[in-house]
Amino acid sequence: MPDLLDQPALDAVRDEALAAFAAAPDLSALAALKATTVGDKSPLARARQAVGALPKDQKADAGKRVNAVAQALGRAFDDRRQALEAERDARVLVEEAVDVTVLPSRPVGARHPLTTIQERIVDVFVGMGWELAEGPELEHAWFNFDALNVPAHHPAREEQDTLWVDPPGSGLLLRTQTSPVQVRSLLDRELPVYVVCPGRVFRNEAQDATHSPVFGQLEGLCVDEGITMAHLRGTLDAYAAAMFGEGTTTRLRPNYFPFTEPSAELDLQCFSCRGASAVPGGEPCRVCSSEGWIEVGGCGMVNPAVLRACGVDPERYSGFAFGMGLDRTLMFRHGITDIRDLYEGDVRFTLPFGLEA
Amino acid sequence: MRVPLSWLRTLVPALSASADDVAAALVRAGLEVEQVHRYGDDVRSVVVGEVLDVEELTGFKKPIRFCHVDVGTRSHEVVCGARNFAAGDRVAFALPGASLPGGFEIATRQTYGRTSDGMICSEAELGLSDESDGILVLAPDAPLGVDVVEHLSLRDEVLDIAVTPDRGYTLSVRGVAREVATAFGLELVDPGLAPAAPATDDGPPVTLQDDGCTRYVARLVTGLDPAAPSPAWLQRRLVLAGMRPISLAVDVTNHVMLELGQPLHAFDADRLQGGITVRRALAGERLTTLDGKDRALDEADLVIADTSGAVAVAGVMGGAATEVTATTTTLLLESARFEPVAIAKTARRHRLPSEASKRYERGVDPALAPAAAEAAVRLLVEHGGATAGPVTDVDSRPAQPVLAFPVGAPERIAGRPYARDVVVGRLQDVGCTVTGEGDVVEVVPPSWRPDLTGTAELVEEVVRLEGYDTIPVALPSAPAGRGLTRQQGLRRTASRALAAGGLVEVVTPPFVGEQAVDLFGAGGPSPRLVNPLSAEQALLRPSLLPGLLAALARNASRGLADVALFETGPVFLGAGGSAPTPGVDGPPTPEQRAALDAALPAQPRHAGVVLTGAPASWDAAVSALVDLGRALGLVLVPRALQQDPFHPGRCAELLLDGRRVGLAGELHPRVVATLGLPARTCAAEADLDVLVEAAAALDPVRAPVVSHYPPSSVDVALVVEAAVAAADVEAALRSGAGELLEDLHLFDVFTGPQVGEGRRSLAYALRFRAPDRTLTDVEVLGARDAAVALAGERTGAVLRA
Repeated sequence: MPDLLDQPALDAVRDEALAAFAAAPDLSALAALKATTVGDKSPLARARQAVGALPKDQKADAGKRVNAVAQALGRAFDDRRQALEAERDARVLVEEAVDVTVLPSRPVGARHPLTTIQERIVDVFVGMGWELAEGPELEHAWFNFDALNVPAHHPAREEQDTLWVDPPGSGLLLRTQTSPVQVRSLLDRELPVYVVCPGRVFRNEAQDATHSPVFGQLEGLCVDEGITMAHLRGTLDAYAAAMFGEGTTTRLRPNYFPFTEPSAELDLQCFSCRGASAVPGGEPCRVCSSEGWIEVGGCGMVNPAVLRACGVDPERYSGFAFGMGLDRTLMFRHGITDIRDLYEGDVRFTLPFGLEA
Repeated sequence: MRVPLSWLRTLVPALSASADDVAAALVRAGLEVEQVHRYGDDVRSVVVGEVLDVEELTGFKKPIRFCHVDVGTRSHEVVCGARNFAAGDRVAFALPGASLPGGFEIATRQTYGRTSDGMICSEAELGLSDESDGILVLAPDAPLGVDVVEHLSLRDEVLDIAVTPDRGYTLSVRGVAREVATAFGLELVDPGLAPAAPATDDGPPVTLQDDGCTRYVARLVTGLDPAAPSPAWLQRRLVLAGMRPISLAVDVTNHVMLELGQPLHAFDADRLQGGITVRRALAGERLTTLDGKDRALDEADLVIADTSGAVAVAGVMGGAATEVTATTTTLLLESARFEPVAIAKTARRHRLPSEASKRYERGVDPALAPAAAEAAVRLLVEHGGATAGPVTDVDSRPAQPVLAFPVGAPERIAGRPYARDVVVGRLQDVGCTVTGEGDVVEVVPPSWRPDLTGTAELVEEVVRLEGYDTIPVALPSAPAGRGLTRQQGLRRTASRALAAGGLVEVVTPPFVGEQAVDLFGAGGPSPRLVNPLSAEQALLRPSLLPGLLAALARNASRGLADVALFETGPVFLGAGGSAPTPGVDGPPTPEQRAALDAALPAQPRHAGVVLTGAPASWDAAVSALVDLGRALGLVLVPRALQQDPFHPGRCAELLLDGRRVGLAGELHPRVVATLGLPARTCAAEADLDVLVEAAAALDPVRAPVVSHYPPSSVDVALVVEAAVAAADVEAALRSGAGELLEDLHLFDVFTGPQVGEGRRSLAYALRFRAPDRTLTDVEVLGARDAAVALAGERTGAVLRA
């Protein structure tokens, strides 16, 4: 039997190769070891050739021992390769690490708070089964005044209040309220009518911190059989709770509007202090000036004269209407102190409101 | 209307509630109490003193006096700048340590080289009036050393009430007292129902020639002492109510007006010529009013005239020629009822809102005239030594209406039951007479409530007096909602898409000037305001861009270089027409309605975009609209266009199925310069209504067949004349490639000597795929060649060598 096939010699071949694998620093070094350890000219290959030359009775034993070494080397080689591959992959991932806080600079947009608050309020009413009604900003006085029971000599029609459109006497004007949309709704829709009408309205008024000649308004109108002031109160309370939190209520104070009778001033319980500031000894509240209530608009039962002008039989139908200033709602909801900020278009003002303020 | 609580208590003697409780009760009843003013509490240690001597100090910039003031227990040295007093006068003297309204503390100090050991007070310093000339000189019998707060009854509370147009009766202590009495269930002593001297045969002649006056009481008062002062209590009431005391005659008329709500006018009877006539002004008639202005009267103005012509603008302002003066001893007192509309129009026409016109405009109680005149005459007799003279009362007022009122009406409106006796009782509380026993009663409203004209108004009285807070809370059952319309939802989608694309929304006023219409209008007229807020911006916008660009410029001026804005909203196209105003007894007829709608100019909603700084490029502007279209499910195709106000080489029209729906690009440098905008400002505008309607009309999307076979990709580089639009080349490639084309996009644009002068190379990547098989090379190259061939045919494109 040649020395090559001695068990100690085979062990030496195996140990040498295993040591070489373990010492290989990287995959290319490992690959280079293949020829000298398991390749055609390796001691192992020569041992295999030597097995072939042995007499038959010795072949089985020698072959078994050589194969054991070959298998051991094959396993060791694969193990080492996998270990080196894992090392390499880990190193590459570390090298490929980035600063995830560096993002491409893209322009950021935002929607105007008047747009988003309008959508939110409308959604509250749509959720109650109401519909969104719209109408033109440039209106005819019949819709804006006459049909709403505003007498011909009423001060609101004067030039100091209403922006009239040429030629004088044409009856054209910039709507002073969103109420003409209510008139159009009653004329154009089937009864019953449950609509909210948001939009821009116009007054002949100088711009200052708390007044704007253009401002947002939202009105609601419900005309159905058997509608009472209880329904008005319930609807307003439902709105207050949905918009400003469960339990926020409203208060009605008698007032006068030509288009409603009875009429009321609409107060919203202060959403900040919930009225606590108005109680003696309560913490002062900046939102409501410690009044406990915030005046947000007007409301009342639709005047039968309005129903008649819109072709609705006041003997059979009754209804309620309410209106509120969107700018004012925004101002106290977001702590806006100067109404001009809403209309100057400064991006620094609008950006914080994002897409769904 | 300012109502002193002390005055209120004279009409509701049993009233014991505090001012705050009274205010709360009035608010609950529908009177708007804006504020409760308190007087007197902030005046401490001010006593009645007598000026012992006066020494004039000289050598200072202004005249200064040094005096001694006796306060009963001792005398104080004091330096005073006022000059309207003399030794022996009694004055309000603030002792050292005194405090005055506004937190002023009085201390002993050295001034003008003397010691000033206190202060002689003016009315303003005591909070009695807003301003005063000189110090307050008290009556000679004012007791020395007594607290001035007690002596002058300074301690009082005043309710400041904002009066709505329907509640003219609350422009009087009487009217407010009625509400207070009702609220607290107390008795009202109504001075409006006090007996008055009846008309006499020898009363001043009065002729009513116009139905603008339905009641005229004229009373002569003789022997008035023109120098007699108004009593201090009366002056104090006027001051607390916000009026200035002037003279006894004027103060008395004002006092009666404040207490009863009946404006009175006092003529100097000796300066009137002949009898009184109430009529409309004559053509060309003029009158110099009390304020010294010579006014041209309008033929619609109601006037009081004597034989010389107009002597007063009825219910608004008296004339200077018949004014009561410091020598007047004979008065003709007018207590009349004029029609609200006539007075309102005249007051507005002459810009003369007055305390009188304010009341007449809201309707004065026509039954009140005799009692009011009587009250004034009594005061003049008592305090001016006058004698009551003859009386005239011309009364042509119509009878009070009788209203049929269903007692169930309040329940039907309020949604809660009201007992019959509650309904009737509440109507009686406001002064109505109620008769009848059935379900429908007859109600006669009181003369001071012209606003009570029908069932709805009477219902309000019952419901408000019972309290709005007693109305239950219920939700109406709206029919199953249809939600937002498709168009309304799509408009929200558009708004979100624009913002998500990096644009900041603005809301700008619609007012623009001629220049903006010239630059951005479509050529047609724009609506013009009769009474614009600013003469330079008298037109309504034909485009969103002027407002957007103004906002952009404002941002730029505030140091913000990169600005991208959008706005959605209506523009106004056409000047608008004119339509007669239909009546309101029923709905307009179809013809009337059509005329009303036809009078309005078109007001389509647009979407506008402006960009400057880093976001600004012509392609960003075009993309903004393409992306907007995509968000709505629409394909907008840009096509080059030369159109003001855009750069002629950098403007695209956006086409939807071949129809123009928007414009986008870089603004013309001339426009940029004219408007003072940052260089290279870009803009885009589209008709949002058209986009939304088109999107709403889209058929449901047909799902594509997703092929599972492998794709085949080929690139082609085509050389075209520089003026050829890439979009045209692309469209031709798409058509030519046929159904096997899955995707196509432009990935390179190249110009240079290799492709020749005036030409450019466009490189496209084409991806082909079949739904049912793997394509062969022959099929793919065939499709590519067909695509290139059609591009060549339509655009002159040739394959780059």
